[in-house]
Amino acid sequence: MTPERSITSRLAAAASNVGAGPAFWIIGALLFAGVPLLNLLPDDSFFHVSDFTLNLLGKFFAFAILALGIDLIWGYTGVLSLGHGVFFGLGAYAMGMHLMLGIGTEGVYGNALPDFMVWNQVEELPWFWKPFYSLPFSLAAIVLVPMAAAAMFGYFVFRSRIRGVYFSIITQALALVAWLVFNRNETNLGGTNGLTNFKHIQGFSLNDPSTQLVMYMVTILFLGLAYVLCRWITQSRAGRVLIAIRDCEQRVFFSGYSPANYKLFVFVISAGLAGLAGALYVPQVGIITPNQIGVLPSIEMVIWVAVGGRGTLSGAIIGAAGVNFMRSTLTNHFPELWPFFLGGLFIAVVMFFPKGIVGLLRKMSVMLPSRKSKVENAATTD
Amino acid sequence: MNESISIPREIAGERKVIGSRHQRSIIYLDNVTVDFDGFKALNQLNLIVDYHELRVVIGPNGAGKSTLLDVISGKVQPASGRVVFGQATDLIGLRENQIAALGIGRKFQTPSVYTTLPVWDNLDLSLRRKNKGFIATLLSKLNSEESDKIALTLETIGLTKKARVLAGQLSHGEKQWLEIGMVLLQDPELLLIDEPVAGMTEQETEKTGELLKSLTDKHSLIVIEHDMEFVRQIAKMVTVLHEGTVLCEGFVEHVQNDPRVIEIYLGRQKEANAPV
Repeated sequence: MTPERSITSRLAAAASNVGAGPAFWIIGALLFAGVPLLNLLPDDSFFHVSDFTLNLLGKFFAFAILALGIDLIWGYTGVLSLGHGVFFGLGAYAMGMHLMLGIGTEGVYGNALPDFMVWNQVEELPWFWKPFYSLPFSLAAIVLVPMAAAAMFGYFVFRSRIRGVYFSIITQALALVAWLVFNRNETNLGGTNGLTNFKHIQGFSLNDPSTQLVMYMVTILFLGLAYVLCRWITQSRAGRVLIAIRDCEQRVFFSGYSPANYKLFVFVISAGLAGLAGALYVPQVGIITPNQIGVLPSIEMVIWVAVGGRGTLSGAIIGAAGVNFMRSTLTNHFPELWPFFLGGLFIAVVMFFPKGIVGLLRKMSVMLPSRKSKVENAATTD
Repeated sequence: MNESISIPREIAGERKVIGSRHQRSIIYLDNVTVDFDGFKALNQLNLIVDYHELRVVIGPNGAGKSTLLDVISGKVQPASGRVVFGQATDLIGLRENQIAALGIGRKFQTPSVYTTLPVWDNLDLSLRRKNKGFIATLLSKLNSEESDKIALTLETIGLTKKARVLAGQLSHGEKQWLEIGMVLLQDPELLLIDEPVAGMTEQETEKTGELLKSLTDKHSLIVIEHDMEFVRQIAKMVTVLHEGTVLCEGFVEHVQNDPRVIEIYLGRQKEANAPV
């Protein structure tokens, strides 16, 4: 912090400020190019990554984008949202509607209307479906609709100084309301069955492994961008205000900031990230239903961040990918055990390692004598 | 997203210009009543503090001392009365951050610092800046003038060597000084300080007293305190509150010998076997 520090150290600091450290580029390149290359290896190779695995990874990293957003609002700002499934859902349904309309007359009934509408005897495409024929509109809606919803909701809630557990309960109610609304056939969003049976995206078949490969790479690209965005925010002075709100909101007020505005901004940004995650999820998983956006998934999303380590961006990514990896593995072999395992995991995190996996790793690295001196050196030369 | 939803930060244009009878006062409370569901925490209270004054407010528990600070800093809205800051700024109806931006800083009774941020960052966030909105803060950079100010404040509060330490790791006394430093960096004309030496060692208490006295060069202070020895160390003028109104006001020696004060305040302490 001394004013006379050298230009090179300033440049290095500026580079690390946007998350462009070597670890970021190495891991980014491995995920973006390395994994797809392993996918191209012959099937019998030991290092071969199957299409199925690649598709799973794409889903995990889409969730990681959402986890980054939850980490911003919860891990950094200390505002626990139990309703992020809604924003995820808004992005997912926006993408789903576009893909649904892309099916055209290839559906079961050979009708230009989506199959579920024919089944529900809807004669004409509802007005709010029509703009989703347009790809640019759909892409904009993916982030803007969740952000607008979060802005409206957040404006009233944060203005009224609703905080702590009361905020969490209200967001939980929001998730329940969304679940109920999306479940109704009259909402014209496919009811309980949601949106599914997508055929192609921009002319490319969604069943084609190469389309899924591209979707995976797009997901990694957006994950990288989301990480840089979050890193930029958290490393800025505004990011320190967020931590200050978490530590002592009253003081922030009396230091001349409006905590309500800061929370609103971050809440809206995190809703946008959730929407983006939802939109990347849909073409890779092939279905979106109300059960994927309601109360339970919203809580599960928070657990990802808790397990990975809240208040660290890498923790959010590791948590989302890690917990979902365990979920996929466990549900394959012991599907009935998963809820118990998830609950147990959450309790273990809260009781034994509140700073999550990343906190645990940091603690261990400090305990190792060789690393300890390194950490101390870094602290003094920083 | 734009910043239009934020509270207007430039409220100068909205200042209600009203006459103040007492032209030299930094803060002027006129007939202020605060009603908590029938309980009058402040009852038609009048208080005038001059520029560069260090006013100590004492009074038994429940006399309304903290409520007084709450009213001035915007945390509590009075049921009736006026609060005039400086020459002609009515504080009624303004939010805490707006009042802070006008130049009133508040130090809380329990240390309120950002425990997971380093001391330096605690001070940096508290610096007075023109625009404290999200976008402006996101894009702002520390300039050398600001950095000098922080360094100077670190010296004033004696924490220069601990600039890199997380605030949560400071001792109780150091946290109190840090918070005073944070309030100072807001460049306030008026500082509201609630029980600064509660829980401090004798040495820390004395140091705090010297610090507060040195601040009257540039600021006005309202200090709430229980510790009578400390009050004698720092105060010239003392206001005694009782049941939400001013019981008496004057020099320390004068107030201490006022029979009413002895009865309601000092007397009670004697009953409780507290040293006076």
